[in-house]
Amino acid sequence: MKKATWLVPTIYILFLMLPIYWLLNMSFKTTNEILGAFTLWPQDFTFENYMTIFTDPTWYNGYLHSLNYVVINTVISVSAALPAAYAFSRYSFLGDKHLFFWLLTNRMAPPAVFALPFFQLYSAANLFDTPIAVALAHCLFNIPLAVWILEGFMSGVPKELDETAYVDGYSFPRFFVKIFIPTIAAGIGVAAFFCFMFSWVELLLAKTLTSVAAKPIAATMTRTASTSGYELGLLAAAGALTIIPGAFVIYFVRNHIAKGFALGRV
Amino acid sequence: MAMKSTNQKAWFFVLPVVVLVAFNALIPLMTVVNYSVQETFGNNVFFFEGVKWFEDVLHSERFHASLLRQLSFTGIILVIEIPLGVAIALTMPQKGFWVSVCLVLMALPLLIPWNVVGAMWNIFALPDIGLLGRMINGIGIDYNFTQDPTAAWFTTILMDVWHWTSLVVLLAYAGLRSIPEAYYQAAKIDGAGSWAVFRHIQLPKMKRVLTIAILLRFMDSFMIYTEPFVLTGGGPGNATTFLSIDLVKIALGQFDLGPAAAMSLIYFLIVLLLCWVFYTLMMKDEDQ
Repeated sequence: MKKATWLVPTIYILFLMLPIYWLLNMSFKTTNEILGAFTLWPQDFTFENYMTIFTDPTWYNGYLHSLNYVVINTVISVSAALPAAYAFSRYSFLGDKHLFFWLLTNRMAPPAVFALPFFQLYSAANLFDTPIAVALAHCLFNIPLAVWILEGFMSGVPKELDETAYVDGYSFPRFFVKIFIPTIAAGIGVAAFFCFMFSWVELLLAKTLTSVAAKPIAATMTRTASTSGYELGLLAAAGALTIIPGAFVIYFVRNHIAKGFALGRV
Repeated sequence: MAMKSTNQKAWFFVLPVVVLVAFNALIPLMTVVNYSVQETFGNNVFFFEGVKWFEDVLHSERFHASLLRQLSFTGIILVIEIPLGVAIALTMPQKGFWVSVCLVLMALPLLIPWNVVGAMWNIFALPDIGLLGRMINGIGIDYNFTQDPTAAWFTTILMDVWHWTSLVVLLAYAGLRSIPEAYYQAAKIDGAGSWAVFRHIQLPKMKRVLTIAILLRFMDSFMIYTEPFVLTGGGPGNATTFLSIDLVKIALGQFDLGPAAAMSLIYFLIVLLLCWVFYTLMMKDEDQ
């Protein structure tokens, strides 16, 4: 029994990797080979699909647009959530519990409900088809999440830390930046990771709020798939490339995820 | 936890968050409320309709069917993903190089854009070009998720398990890591078996993270749209038309703004109500 425990994670990871392998497999095939024959690995190995993406601006710009609004959203969400989470973890004030629950309810709002009104709102605000529009729209679900996560981490830090700093003559802003933020660095890492993740993977709002100038890569994929026939190889290559930024971010926060979650109440 | 001091100035700290979220939440919500009580024939001409759309939606069989499908889907994936996630977290390596490998590989599906997840599973499960489709047909089971509702459900659920079980694993694993080594030593001295350790040490310590995992999985699976839309398009027929898919069909496909808005509000209220019940239970538990 004890020896076989490694089997469970191994089988699970194999299960996770199979569809990803299949995507990679297809991305190195020509469309003819995909539709013509069933092969477990590319017989006619080609980089053509990737070359198309790296040389055609409508493709590679999609990646830049996506990264652009995801980074803006992560910065806005985390920096707005930091003082708010501090307030929730340290003070009680009029309506605090209701406010906290109201924030969480926005994490529960189905994006499909808001798609059309968002389009009208951001058109009226002259922000349609800009990265800012998508970054702000994603705040709807990322800010509540960031506040929730950071509040958990901050409540894990004893209040004596604040009091000692004041006795030592720190002003509040100096204490917050110099002492408090470094103390909860792991929490900020985890919050930023989740903001990045949910902004990167969301498509419905991102697609609704953009047309050309800020169109995300995921939307470029769906449109190309429908307009220029069934270019499966190209689609697979574009899909495979969307995995890379995520993999990159996970690699950097891998130690924070386990440690960070354990530290905070989250 | 120490008592919090009362300080009304704390409102200044939450102000940026309130402004940002209110801009995104209240204005669109009011737009939806506005549509939900009116009828339009285009040209920006609206007629007041009162609660007609709400009555229509609440009595429509189509809405009942989507809601039932949604509840079944969410129920099934929770029953599979939560125990599976806990089981995997329990068997994961405790320290060393393999922890990083496991975490990075397992988190991978979480960071793939949702339509790519749908597209990936589409080409993975198609009976002619997909590995999964070939394998299932190869062992003698007739499988075609674009034709057969059972196969479509199986594929959608398998996709969701593939996509989201890792979130439960990560949370449960973090919960397990927070248990001090001394607890295990004490259990060993008492001669506790592995079930007793799980039941009396690991499970209580994971309670909080598991509540979060269930809440997150409940909310996200209840709002699921992109993945099944790309995978099955809601079909065959209406077999996998969940609430969000149905809503977008009505709102953007048929442009029936009034009924779509009324349905949006009812949908939102259902999610809210279920989450409120859950949140209250969770907080009550914590206070004790």
